[in-house]
Amino acid sequence: MPAWIDVHFISLLNGLAIGSLLFILAVGLSLIFGMMDVLNLAHGVLFLGGAYAAWGIAGESPSWPRFVAALVVAAVAGALAGTGLSLLVERLARRSHLDQALLTLGLTLIAADGLSIAFGDDVHAINPPPGLDASTLILGKAYPVYRLALIGLGAVLAAAVHLVVERTSIGALIRATVADRHMVASVGVDERRIKLWVFAVGAALATTAGVLGAPIYGARPGLDGTVLILALVVVVIGGLGSVRGALIGALVIGEIESLGRAVLSDLASFVLFGALALVLVVRPRGLFGAPTGARS
Amino acid sequence: MTTPARRRLAAVATLAVLAVLAAVPLVLGSYASTTLARILAFALLASSLDLLVGITGLPSLGHAAYAGAGAYAAGWVAIHATRSAPLTLVAAVAAGALVAVVAGSVAVRARGVFFLMLTLAIGEIVEQLAQSWHSVTGGSDGLYSIPATELAGISLGDVRGFTWFVLGVFVAAMAVLHRLVASPLGATLRGIRDNEARMRALGYRTYHYKLAAFVIAGAFAGLAGGLLAAQQRLVTPADLGFATSGPVLLAVIIGGEATPWGPCLGAAIVVVLRDVLGPSLGGHGSLVLGAVFVAVVFLLPGGLARIRNRLHAGGTHR
Amino acid sequence: MTAVLACTGLARTFGALRAVDGVDLALPAGARHALIGPNGAGKSTLFQLLTGGLRPSAGRVCLDGRDVTRMSDARRARLGVGQTFQHSSLFLSMTAADNVALAAERTGGRPWSPVPRRNPALARRVDQLLGDVDLLGRRGVPVSSLSHGECRQLEVAVALATAPRVLLLDEPAAGLSPAETARLAALIQRLPADITLLFVEHDLDLVFRLATRVTVLHLGKVLLSGTPDEVRDSAEVQEAYLGTGRRADLFLPPDPVADPAPDPAAARDPATGPA
Repeated sequence: MPAWIDVHFISLLNGLAIGSLLFILAVGLSLIFGMMDVLNLAHGVLFLGGAYAAWGIAGESPSWPRFVAALVVAAVAGALAGTGLSLLVERLARRSHLDQALLTLGLTLIAADGLSIAFGDDVHAINPPPGLDASTLILGKAYPVYRLALIGLGAVLAAAVHLVVERTSIGALIRATVADRHMVASVGVDERRIKLWVFAVGAALATTAGVLGAPIYGARPGLDGTVLILALVVVVIGGLGSVRGALIGALVIGEIESLGRAVLSDLASFVLFGALALVLVVRPRGLFGAPTGARS
Repeated sequence: MTTPARRRLAAVATLAVLAVLAAVPLVLGSYASTTLARILAFALLASSLDLLVGITGLPSLGHAAYAGAGAYAAGWVAIHATRSAPLTLVAAVAAGALVAVVAGSVAVRARGVFFLMLTLAIGEIVEQLAQSWHSVTGGSDGLYSIPATELAGISLGDVRGFTWFVLGVFVAAMAVLHRLVASPLGATLRGIRDNEARMRALGYRTYHYKLAAFVIAGAFAGLAGGLLAAQQRLVTPADLGFATSGPVLLAVIIGGEATPWGPCLGAAIVVVLRDVLGPSLGGHGSLVLGAVFVAVVFLLPGGLARIRNRLHAGGTHR
Repeated sequence: MTAVLACTGLARTFGALRAVDGVDLALPAGARHALIGPNGAGKSTLFQLLTGGLRPSAGRVCLDGRDVTRMSDARRARLGVGQTFQHSSLFLSMTAADNVALAAERTGGRPWSPVPRRNPALARRVDQLLGDVDLLGRRGVPVSSLSHGECRQLEVAVALATAPRVLLLDEPAAGLSPAETARLAALIQRLPADITLLFVEHDLDLVFRLATRVTVLHLGKVLLSGTPDEVRDSAEVQEAYLGTGRRADLFLPPDPVADPAPDPAAARDPATGPA
């Protein structure tokens, strides 16, 4: 095995783990935007909410029941938050998409400060649940099992989402709405219910990602902003409304964040910007975006 | 009321307000003066953003990056080269414009919400850059112990002198900005905002104009950043990121985009809520700000400045 | 003599759909050329290929013999191609005069100038253009308050403000009442003779009144290109529009007692009833 890969194998794996997490987070954002042209800026604070749920329910050294409970609570809370968001955004349905995005921005400020009130300003670290908190040897190097589990989960989830979107009638509806939502509406499908569902599921995925990411990222104020940006870059690169794009984009960004920082340290930010710029110049709608992607 | 009479009234009103502001350091204490200086710098930043959002129709959510670049440049020059005001501010303007050229050349290829996303991402990346580039920016500690500004050899370390200095720069900058908006360039940018396809069909190179607007806005933002650096004597990466970009966009929306003084009004509201009232609200000025913003988005399309226009129906559109 | 605007083998496909399929067109200077065809014929697509709003899949577009196929819409506009849009495309926050001024500034002013200045020559030109379209009295009115017909007239003024050599009009009479259409027709007839004009229209009355040459598009191809009379008499064109070439198929056999013989002219042109 080339020495280069040997030295950076850990970073490579980390990139996959981060990529899996980003996929779970970004796929919701991508579908919400692809289907409704709504830029949900609250996606980052949903992730943070999930992270705080993990800390609040499961604590620093969670047992399995508590970790699962945190996952369930986060998912449900996320779905409810998504439903609420959808209803509020719907009130502005006749205004510009920019106004809708700004609404989510205002709600984000409220939610971020609310989380700060509820959970304090300290940085919290969470350990993985028992069984996944050990390290295993890969190629002679120790590597946290939890991250391997995350990679595995990411793969499973990606396959599941792919199946739903490509093989089921709901998936067909999603793809059709991304391609031409006016057509779908005129065929008689109730647009508002789809919007509600997509928002709810997308938000639930975001909060769940927050719980899953807690053993890696912890929970702290400001995490919402960091994570939102990464998700946005994933969506821009991967293409709006595309599940495949979200996966590829997430893996690419995950590797840039991990391998990039290990190899280039400070210059990794340049690489991120460079990748963003390159995609926008060469292929503005993202790698897998629908042709009508970059709408006003 | 006839237009010349209106103009005279507006001029008198403006002079009156300026006189009141200039009196603040004399009449009220140093806390009020410091806050005024902060408001003025933030108001300049908001007005520069309005050039993009309200005039050209480019909603930027990463505008603090260019102010931050200006702040770091001014701070760095003050620490390492000279404290002289014109030079530090020129460095600030240049830095803001330079970063804006690089970022804008990519960003203005996009439109609407897509542009918003891009500018947000770019802004955050610039913040990360500031955090990593220890040697120049001081990393997460930032640039501290920035010496007091000097103007023609006179130190502006005292609050009064500094506040008047900021007021002077603010007035000059706003005058230039207002003239720009009233110029043919301003009209061209408004045309792009209203109907870019039409402008292209008329032969306008809209990409170039949008980039120009982005750079000009970045330059003014850099100037605002330079003033902030001089006021705070400290620049941190948070000054570059979403923590600042969000509120400044809020200020423009709340105050009223594409109005002469709306963004300044919005800036005053934001600074007062966050910094002045924040502590008495339990440090949760952000929450109140968010709530105000949501209310404005729902109830007042066009922001506060537009209320005046709606009450006097037939106020000129900008 | 070089055509002012010409295209050869122009084609554009969308997936499996050949919207425009090998179209040749040549407009001499001063042409009054109409582009007609049933819905779905590819007129809008061809229009956009000529203005530069769409890139072709194949073929070339030439302006005065110069290949402009790769050029953007803005570049072609700077070379003298003007256009109006099918759905009124104006600057809604501005007055009628400001709309025209913004257009005129591109050729007659300094649109990049960051310094406010008075430009009396430009103001006079704006007034002249508004006068040409009978909108001088409405110069200070915000566009959002203008009627649909007035907007269509303003569209033409805005397009003329840059002094284009070629003017492409996309359904200029769309949504206009007969009176407004007549006014528009008079306006178009007043256009300088050296402007080359191509217009897409559904209103065949207007077409036969204004055009000296007509091109009929059907399923992306040129069905016929000729004088208005040739097009009017062509069985192929009728078949394309109406689905049949035989007039006898269009009408019930007349009852010689109850219904007198129909006016042959009325039967020929479906857009107008008996005179």
